[in-house]
Amino acid sequence: MGRYALRRLLQAIPVFIGTTFLIWFLVWGLPGDPFAGRCGEKACPPAYVNYMTEKFGLNDPLPLQYLNYLKNLATGNFGQTFNGLEIGDLLAQAFPISMKLAVVAVLAEALIGITAGVLTGLRRGSFLDNLVLVSTLVLIAVPIFVIGIVARYAFGLASVSPEAPWTELIIPGLILGSGSLAYITRLTRVNIVENRRADYVRTAVAKGLAPGRVTGVHLLRNSMIPVVTWLGLDLGALMGGAIVTEGIFNIRGIGGLLFGAIARRESGIVVSIVAILVLVYLIVNLLVDLLYGVLDPRIRYE
Amino acid sequence: MRGNTPWKVAVGLTAVALAAAGCTSEPAPPATPTDGSFIMSWTEPQNKLIPAATSETGGGVVIDALFTGLTNYAATDAKTEMANADSITSADGGTTWTVKLKSGWKWHDGTPVTAKNYVDAWNYAAYTPNGMINGTFFGDIKGYGDVTSVDPDEDGPKEAPKPAKDKMDGLKVVDDTTFEVTLSGPSNLWPIKVGYSAFMPLPDVFFTNPDAFGANPIGNGPFKMNGWTKNTELKVTRFDEYQGADKPKVKDVTFRVYSDDAASYEDVKNGTIDFQQQIPQAKIIGDLYKADFPSANSNKPVSSSSFLAMPTWLPGYNDPKVRQAISMAIDRKLIVEKIFNNTRIPMNGWVNPNMAGYKDGSCGEYCTFDAAKAKALFDSATTKPAELSIAYNGDASHKPWVDAVCNSIQTALGVPCVGKPFPTFGEFRTLVTTQKMTGMSRAGWQADYPHIENWLNPLLKTGASSNDGKFSDAAFDAKLKEADGTADLQAAQKLYQDAEAMLPALMPTIPLWHGSQQTVWSAKLQTVTINTFGELDLATVTVK
Repeated sequence: MGRYALRRLLQAIPVFIGTTFLIWFLVWGLPGDPFAGRCGEKACPPAYVNYMTEKFGLNDPLPLQYLNYLKNLATGNFGQTFNGLEIGDLLAQAFPISMKLAVVAVLAEALIGITAGVLTGLRRGSFLDNLVLVSTLVLIAVPIFVIGIVARYAFGLASVSPEAPWTELIIPGLILGSGSLAYITRLTRVNIVENRRADYVRTAVAKGLAPGRVTGVHLLRNSMIPVVTWLGLDLGALMGGAIVTEGIFNIRGIGGLLFGAIARRESGIVVSIVAILVLVYLIVNLLVDLLYGVLDPRIRYE
Repeated sequence: MRGNTPWKVAVGLTAVALAAAGCTSEPAPPATPTDGSFIMSWTEPQNKLIPAATSETGGGVVIDALFTGLTNYAATDAKTEMANADSITSADGGTTWTVKLKSGWKWHDGTPVTAKNYVDAWNYAAYTPNGMINGTFFGDIKGYGDVTSVDPDEDGPKEAPKPAKDKMDGLKVVDDTTFEVTLSGPSNLWPIKVGYSAFMPLPDVFFTNPDAFGANPIGNGPFKMNGWTKNTELKVTRFDEYQGADKPKVKDVTFRVYSDDAASYEDVKNGTIDFQQQIPQAKIIGDLYKADFPSANSNKPVSSSSFLAMPTWLPGYNDPKVRQAISMAIDRKLIVEKIFNNTRIPMNGWVNPNMAGYKDGSCGEYCTFDAAKAKALFDSATTKPAELSIAYNGDASHKPWVDAVCNSIQTALGVPCVGKPFPTFGEFRTLVTTQKMTGMSRAGWQADYPHIENWLNPLLKTGASSNDGKFSDAAFDAKLKEADGTADLQAAQKLYQDAEAMLPALMPTIPLWHGSQQTVWSAKLQTVTINTFGELDLATVTVK
């Protein structure tokens, strides 16, 4: 398993370089001068445009710019924004907040989604099953921004304060996770229903195990593989920030930072965030893959 | 702005009215009127917090709180008032100006504010290798040409040559509190111009490390920095040794970053924050904001206006008749009513009403909708464009009005007209400044200082920095030059008005409408005054 993890980590290097290179080209490949639109309705003075162009090395050919960026990145230097702030500081400020929000959302998805899925899976066709079916349909059908704006408006919710304490993140986290929560419920339910008819469950029941143990250990553990995959990918996706939810509740996380950076052509921020996200995805994926082995002992890694 | 009293903001709002209206707010602890704090909605500055590097509102509002220049514009009528300057006088009719500073002023780090601080700051700002956005504001000081250089291939790889000098000849320190400014020609507008933030001073500590200063500026203004969490919020606190007349009555102000204006509107409503300078479009419809904030709102014209820039270098568009016809074909009143819910004011001239020297109706019939006359005028032109287009940036909400204007023109003139969106403002501006536009394009202007001159010289003079349409007319230029060089302020103003009066016949750009701003605040804020630039006057505001 150690060798497997190492091999996966080595594979991450070309993936990392490839993705950041692509993003770098895409952002800088946009038409128009990144500094031309920075003086409001006025024309930017050429002195300013020249100064900025030279300061950010935009006269160099793109591959050279990219290599310079990588070189700085290797020493932990993310570079500066156009308004002279350290990109590293911005990321250090925003990432923990987005991560907290993502954790709240994933926890809500896991707790509520799996519980509802197990309950409905065990009582197929019951009133509860139908109720959950309808409500998950609603959650999947209604986009997050509708739920978020309606929730803010209806309950007069305040935005999350700059420090983003856990308690204030509960509602935004629930809203952010609502769509996935519904999927997880359905996913768990389907797997429970299917595995209930499996031989090993019948064996467990036949040998006289308590129903709680049959469900909690035998049934649930085998039904979790697709759910864990989903949760892992979701955690990765949510770390990238939730542009909509962060906007609605003014959470100063990665999503808003990324959105603003794209709009202002701050490619330094965009590429840095993407670089970190690629790493997050790769690691989360690796963890999910390793978790398969824990859930299902039949899975072995070479 | 003079005489435009109906636009003045209601002050002295009573808290009782708000409580009766059911507005919820945290019960604030009883505080003396000279204390207290509040939070306002804000956008992250786009440049370093250095006066000459800042030209947008997010940075501008903080610069105004941290720095005080020679003069201020009065909040209600934008008249020039002496601030850090004791006097600004000229003995020779406006070429050489002697600036005397008030003594006893201090920087936030305790060092005195000296004449040298001004001279150094201005030289730094004008010197092109420093790349300051507002460097061009020093263009009328003698010796500006020596500290600037032009890049031979614009954006290309070649570097601009180093300017001959790094100090302007026209700036001379006389003693600690006096300096002398020599302009390249007489201008009586100069004392009005220096109220703009580009002319604010910088302390000696700035020059030791300009980069670090921009993230933690030390000013001489009514407030000093009190922490800045990047991309989240910036706090300032009152500078108690501040010597100016505009001493603030509140102690702490927090500028909190919002990426979504709907979120900040909700937060003003539930009392999380206290001030939103421009509310979201959705709340303007049906005056929703007035119902939400019955006695804590303002609707006020601001010093910005919209135009259509005309590509005067293209055949067809180079004929004033065509441009006049297009202008007459636009039903400004109907569009303002239907598209903007009457939050714009149809223009009939080239100058914003908040400016000294504004004259109503200076465009006359050419800015008045008349489909039949427009068609006749258009048909009488010898060469005319076969198809009209209006270019705009698609990243802001311009599509509805551009389509409406095009529709109005098409119906009146019988020539097809289409809106042409470009994805980003940056791309749009690049095409405009490099003269790549093949039709009309939207343009806007916000006043730097409240004078008619600011709407003519930078926008319409031959080769001016924001003359998007490359308009050029020798007689008009001569008239502007005459006005620029006139010593008497009143006479100069009259000459600028004469210059504006020449414009209907030339139709360099098509005036559309003046902007207005809808502002809301929480029950906590008292004595709210919105200045003519649309910003909250931090000197007079108090909190409950």
